[in-house]
Amino acid sequence: MKTTVYSAKNIVTMNAQKPDASHVAVRDGRILAVGSSDEVATWGPYELDEQFADKVLFPGLVEGHAHTMEGTLWRYVYCGYFDRMDPSGTTHRGNRSIDTVLEALKAAEAKMDDPDSPLTGWQLDPIYLDNKPVTRAQLDNVSATRPIGVLNASGHILYANSKALELASLLKKGVNHPGIPLGADGLPTGELKGPDAMAPVSVHVGMSGSIADVDERGLRDFARLCVRTGVTTVTDLAAKLDPDSVDMMLRVTGEPSFPACVVPLRFFLGLSPKELVPEVARLKKLSTDRLSLGRIKLVADGSIQGYSARLRWPGYHNGAPNGLWYVTPEQMLELYELALEAGLQIHTHTNGDQATQLAIEKLELALRKHPSNDHRFVLQHCQLADRAQFTRMAALGMSVNLFANHQFYWGDEHYNLTVGPDRALRMNAARTALDCGVPLAVHSDAPITPLGPFFTAWCAVNRLTRSGRVQGEHEKITVDEALWAITMGAAHSLHMDGLVGSIEVGKRADFAVLESDPRAANPEEIKDVEIWGTVQGGRVFAAADV
Amino acid sequence: MSKFGAQCKVDASLPQQMSEPLPVTIIGGYLGAGKTTLVNHLLRTAQGRKLAVMVNEFGALPIDEDLIEAQGDDLISIAGGCVCCTFGSDLSAALIELGKLPVRPDQVVIECSGVAIPSAIAASVTLLEGFAPDGTVVLVDAETIRTAAIDDYIGDTILRQLADADLAVINKADLVDVPTLSALESWLSDTAPRAKTIVSEHSKVPLDIALGLGATPIQSQQMGHADGLFDSIALPCADPLDGEPLAKALTDPKLHITRAKGFFDPIPDGPRKALHIVGHRWDITDSPPNAPLGIVCIGVKGQFERDLIRKTAKEAL
Repeated sequence: MKTTVYSAKNIVTMNAQKPDASHVAVRDGRILAVGSSDEVATWGPYELDEQFADKVLFPGLVEGHAHTMEGTLWRYVYCGYFDRMDPSGTTHRGNRSIDTVLEALKAAEAKMDDPDSPLTGWQLDPIYLDNKPVTRAQLDNVSATRPIGVLNASGHILYANSKALELASLLKKGVNHPGIPLGADGLPTGELKGPDAMAPVSVHVGMSGSIADVDERGLRDFARLCVRTGVTTVTDLAAKLDPDSVDMMLRVTGEPSFPACVVPLRFFLGLSPKELVPEVARLKKLSTDRLSLGRIKLVADGSIQGYSARLRWPGYHNGAPNGLWYVTPEQMLELYELALEAGLQIHTHTNGDQATQLAIEKLELALRKHPSNDHRFVLQHCQLADRAQFTRMAALGMSVNLFANHQFYWGDEHYNLTVGPDRALRMNAARTALDCGVPLAVHSDAPITPLGPFFTAWCAVNRLTRSGRVQGEHEKITVDEALWAITMGAAHSLHMDGLVGSIEVGKRADFAVLESDPRAANPEEIKDVEIWGTVQGGRVFAAADV
Repeated sequence: MSKFGAQCKVDASLPQQMSEPLPVTIIGGYLGAGKTTLVNHLLRTAQGRKLAVMVNEFGALPIDEDLIEAQGDDLISIAGGCVCCTFGSDLSAALIELGKLPVRPDQVVIECSGVAIPSAIAASVTLLEGFAPDGTVVLVDAETIRTAAIDDYIGDTILRQLADADLAVINKADLVDVPTLSALESWLSDTAPRAKTIVSEHSKVPLDIALGLGATPIQSQQMGHADGLFDSIALPCADPLDGEPLAKALTDPKLHITRAKGFFDPIPDGPRKALHIVGHRWDITDSPPNAPLGIVCIGVKGQFERDLIRKTAKEAL
């Protein structure tokens, strides 16, 4: 039984009983002791490892809502507006104009050998580029002979060149689809809005299937991003989990050098509630130390900026009709009842406040039938919930994982267009959630926004929009509260707070290795905490080496 | 396939029919309105028509067990040469797969999820080469629809579904009294303004009403209508005619035509055309070469006005 003791400049434990320490002893990948060198020495002989002597050890961060497919997307050309780090640690400069996007695509095109293979880009967000969609003609300038497809940051719009449209038999007059705008020449402009419009073209631009599900290399790449962002436990929030995919995930996460625990949630699709619940119960038993299975993801509505979220009165600020349900209330109730009965947890995506209301009401009914003291059903995003809804959520034992990053990336849009000034103030109302007693996590929804819990914490603490406005002063939370949300809060939302989330005896030896103490950072600088790497299950991963 | 040799022989003698896009009928309506029952009814009464049924992935397997011949991973084989498969978030991909089947189906039937908006599904169908929407049938639960339509959560979804309907089927009509039924019909004339409304019990909507007359309407009509619930008439169209005024005349609600399909030679002279009518909507497209002349109109027995239809058609030309 080998014991390793790490000394550190400081160990921030997130355990109120012993908030700070200088030494942590690790045995069998778990935390044996935390304290002074004398205290940890009481456990007997150990090997002292001083590589972190000038570092701060912090609990390994927990990202409670991400999608591992980000790892796959990095094989495509990054077309985003903001600087963003790839799995190798290279930061790609943001593209501040359409011209730089096109130059990036051209540069990638010039390196391609096969003249017919598709060129794929991702994360383009014209909202920041004069709000003009990219056109077919612009992409034809990159290449007129190979198919090109560029994915919007939302993942719900695709921009295609003429060749891609031609391959999909869409480069013709008379196309009549609300998601396919036509130019003055009667031909599609190249913008394809919504999954239905995108589908015929996606297959021709290298996005068939792979975009929705992570593949082997993508999963490894995503884990490298985890190391660079201090994350040791990460969800894959909407996985299909077919047998091949489960086998692959078990194999890859089981590799000795795989640096994170992945928590994939089985998406409610393809099976009826009566079939899904036993299937997820079966999956749960396949769990390992680095692949935690057995949770369900249910999507109730769409997105706010896509105008497909379900809003209560007065609806969308710009008058758009109410959004779409992706599940019937009856199916939601049935699934809640069956999952409660089987002791399985459900995470429900609700963006609009009407979807949130429905989830609250249906869970209340289901709980009457199957009382459960610690179900921790989580509302994911839950961006527009008001105080009354958080109060009911607390009463019902629900948790929330708020999309804090949205405030920064699209807060101005929400203020001006989608929901208007009043409701923009209460979006992702972390203060109210905590005041009402709802256990809180905050998330990035990577790849929609970049993985990086310290940035997400910064968003919840400062509530700055991209234009620099504070939106919802009252809903700010403190640095300590935000740090709790990205560790213990997120762990609690996964029923993993007994296992990870703090540096505490008995827990998994998961640490984020930092250059400074985030508690000491100015609130506006918390996103800039430097990350050296992680320790996961007692294994050391330096960002510089992965 | 050998079991249905006779049917295949008819197909083989009409190779030109292969060039027509596969007609896709969309069956919508809220949970419990009877969509699955209708699908099973259509499969039972398919009479040799090879239907490819696509069901959304949320439900339990919707096909009655006695109809299933074999069950593969992705496809269920059903008595009579029909098949059933499921679709999830990517209907287009599922349709493309369907197009690759060794035996080409005659028609596709999509059973929507209870919250799907049929026009969105129809729009995606139009994007796919080789497929064409062929009517949206929206089922209505006669007992619950009025309450559901004002529900805070799903009311607007139900109203959007009805607004998309070409045929609105008032189902479970046996569960309501006559005044309720007629109030419902009048409500639907506002709520589903584009739709022809028909009444049914246990989703027993005649196949030809729900799905049309198939690729060869004249032949289908000559085979007769087994269930005797509806009536039809063939307009010979021996002489060239102007399709648009005829189409407009035939969609007049007074005629109670639920569907019509057939082929005619146009004025001015040009290649043969096909006329499609579903409810109050019509479409004129290119015809496969050598398709037999004549347009068949069908409607529910008791409403359908043969003489008025003949007279209207004559006046329109």
